[in-house]
Amino acid sequence: MLTYILRRIFYAIPILIGVNLITFTLFFVVNSPDDMARMHLGQKHVTPEAILQWKIKTGYDKPLFYNNTAQGLKKFSNTLFAQKSLNLFTFHFGRSSEGRDIGHDISQRMWPSLALAIPTLMIGLAVNITFALLIALFRGSFFDRFSMILCVIMMSVSGLFYIIIGQFLLAKLLNLVPISGYHPGFSAIKFLILPVIVGMIGGIGAGVRWYRTIFLEEMHRDYVRTARAKGLSEMNVLFNHILKNALIPILTGVVVIIPTLFMGSLIMESFFGIPGLGSYTIDAIQQQDFDIVRVMVFLGTVFYIVGLILTDISYTLVDPRIKIGF
Amino acid sequence: MQINLLPSDYIIYTLFFLSIICGFYIRTQPHLREPWKKVFSNKGAIICSIILCIYIAIGLLDSLHFSVTSNSGAQQKSLLDLMIQPLGTQDEKTYSAPLATHLYQMEGGDYAQLKYPGTHILGTNKIGQDMFYETIKSVRTGLLIGTLTTVFMLPFALFFGMIAGYFGGFIDDLVQYLYTTLSSIPGVLLITAMILVMQVVISNHPTLFPTIAERADARLLTLCFILGVTSWSSLCRLLRGETLKLREQEFVTAAIAMGARKFPIIIRHILPNVMHIIIITTVLDFSGLVLAEAILSYVGVGVDPTTASWGNMINTSRLELAREPMVWWPLLSALCTMFFLVLSANLFADSVRDAFDPRLGTCTE
Repeated sequence: MLTYILRRIFYAIPILIGVNLITFTLFFVVNSPDDMARMHLGQKHVTPEAILQWKIKTGYDKPLFYNNTAQGLKKFSNTLFAQKSLNLFTFHFGRSSEGRDIGHDISQRMWPSLALAIPTLMIGLAVNITFALLIALFRGSFFDRFSMILCVIMMSVSGLFYIIIGQFLLAKLLNLVPISGYHPGFSAIKFLILPVIVGMIGGIGAGVRWYRTIFLEEMHRDYVRTARAKGLSEMNVLFNHILKNALIPILTGVVVIIPTLFMGSLIMESFFGIPGLGSYTIDAIQQQDFDIVRVMVFLGTVFYIVGLILTDISYTLVDPRIKIGF
Repeated sequence: MQINLLPSDYIIYTLFFLSIICGFYIRTQPHLREPWKKVFSNKGAIICSIILCIYIAIGLLDSLHFSVTSNSGAQQKSLLDLMIQPLGTQDEKTYSAPLATHLYQMEGGDYAQLKYPGTHILGTNKIGQDMFYETIKSVRTGLLIGTLTTVFMLPFALFFGMIAGYFGGFIDDLVQYLYTTLSSIPGVLLITAMILVMQVVISNHPTLFPTIAERADARLLTLCFILGVTSWSSLCRLLRGETLKLREQEFVTAAIAMGARKFPIIIRHILPNVMHIIIITTVLDFSGLVLAEAILSYVGVGVDPTTASWGNMINTSRLELAREPMVWWPLLSALCTMFFLVLSANLFADSVRDAFDPRLGTCTE
C-alpha cells in the first residue's frame, strides 16, 4: 500500500511541473514583467527607471528560464521560473504585490472556507441520497416522474438565482439571517446558515438525478434479485444491499472533491462576504494580483491530485474486489 | 449599408450550413435516421426542439452584422436590430416598469411621462435601455458559448482520444499526461488566467481589434476556446476508453487483415462507432455552458462587459433588488429567458441520450 501511495506521489511531480509551466507561460511570457510593472505603477508614473526599480523590488528583473550571467547551478536557479514557480513546491509562496505574506493569508483564510464547504457538502450529500433513495423506492410511479421533472427544472435554474432569491427572501424580507458577512468563532453559524441552504438547494437537481441513476443501475443487478428471492423486504434490500453497493460510485464522486474544499467556493464566498480562499482568489483576480492567482492554481492542482490518490485508496477500503497492484 | 461580419459570425454560419448538410445526409441513411426518429417520437422533445429552434433563429438573425452609417456615425447593427427596428433605439431616462407609461422613480416630485409609453414589454434598466431588446440580444451570446465551446474542443478531444486509445504505448501515456495536467488545474482559475492574458493582449495590440465590437468578439471567442480546453479532458477520456474497446473488435481485426492502414481504420471504422458519445456530450454540455457563462460574468472573467449577455444582465441587476422600491424586471427577464433555453436544452439532451446511448438498450443497432 505504502509503495503504491509513494509511486502515485512520484507520478504527481511531472503533472505539477506541467501545471507550473502552463501557468508560468500564461502569466509571464504573454504578460511580461514590463506589462505588470506598467499596470501596477499606473499610467502616470511609467518611466523606464520606474519600471526597472519596480522589477528589482519585486524580483522580476531576472531572466525567464536561463541566466547567462550567473555561475554553475545558479544559471538555472537564479531565474524567474525557478524563483517564482518552482519555489511553490517547497510551499514558499512569497509575497503578493501588496507585500502581504501569501502563505500566512492562506492559513488564515482556510478556516472560513472549510466552515462553509464541509457543512454544505455533508448536508447536500445526506439530502441528495435520501431523496434519491426515496425516488428509487417508488421508481416508475407518478412520484418518480414528478420528481424527475422537478429535478430538471431545478437543474436548469442558474445558481445565481438561488443565491439572489435566498438572500432576498430569508435575509431581506423575513430578516431571519444576515444577508452577508462573517464572524469568527461560534457566531459564524448565523452567517453560514443561508449559504449552506442555498448551496444545498442549488445542488439538489443534478445530485438527486445522478444518485438515482446509480441506485437504479444497482437495482438491476443479480444480487438484488437474489435478495428479493430470499424474501427480504424491499426496505431491507434497499438499505442493506443497494445502498452499500452504490456507495462505491458515490464515493468516487465525493472523495475527489474533499481536498478541493480547501479552495473554497468562489461564488458563494464572494456573494455572502465570507473571508475564505474563494473570495481571496476573486479579489486577486479583480486586482490582477498574479502572485496570488498562481499560488491558488498550484494549490488547487495539488489538492486535486491528492483527491485522486485518496479516491484510489478509498476504493480498496470499500470494495474488497479491488486490489491495488504493487 | 454594407455587410460586415465578425469572426464569430463566420463560424456560426459555417456551423449552421454544416449541420444542415449533415441533416440532409442523415435523412438519406436509414441507420443514422433511426435514433433521431426515436428522439422526435417523444412529444416533449418536439416541444423542446421548437423552443430551441426559436432561440437559434434569433441567434442566427443576430449574427448577420451590417455597418450602418447614419448621421451619428458608423454603427454595427445586426439583421435582428433592423427587423425589430425601433426597439433598440427607444431609450428612456432611467428605470421604468414593464409596459409602464411613466418613469419608475419620482423626479422633482412627479413621475415623468415616458418618451415611448407602453412599448417596453420588459421595462427599462438604469440607463433607460429596453430590457426586452437586451434579453433578445443576449440569446446570441448564450448560444455561441454553448455551441462554439464544443466545436473548439471536439477536434482535440477526438484526435487525441482516438490515437491514444488506438496506438496505446507511449502516445497513450503522453495523451494521458496531457489531459491529467489540464484537468488538474482548477477550471475557473485557468479561464481567469486566459481571459486576463487576452485582455492584456488586446490592450497591447489595439491595431488588431479596431472596434469595440471586434474586441468583444475576440474575447468571446477566447472564452469559448478556453472553456473548451477545460472541458476537453472528460470527452477525451471517454473516447480513449471506447477506442480501447473497439480496437479489439473483429471488424477492426478484419480491416487490418485486409491491409487497411492505421488512420483510415480510425476514421472509417472507429469514428462512426464513437459518434454517439460525441452527440450525447455535445447536447449534454450545452446547458451547463450557458449557465457557466452567467457565473463567469459575475466573477468578471466572462464575456466583455459591452456584450449583451445574461450573465452581465444578472450581474448588473442583482443589486437593484435592494433598491427601494424594488427593481425586479431586469433580473427576472434575464433569468427567465436563460431558464427556458437551459430547460429545453436539458430535456432535449435527455431524450437524445435515451435514443443514442446503447447501454440504455433503446437503440436498435
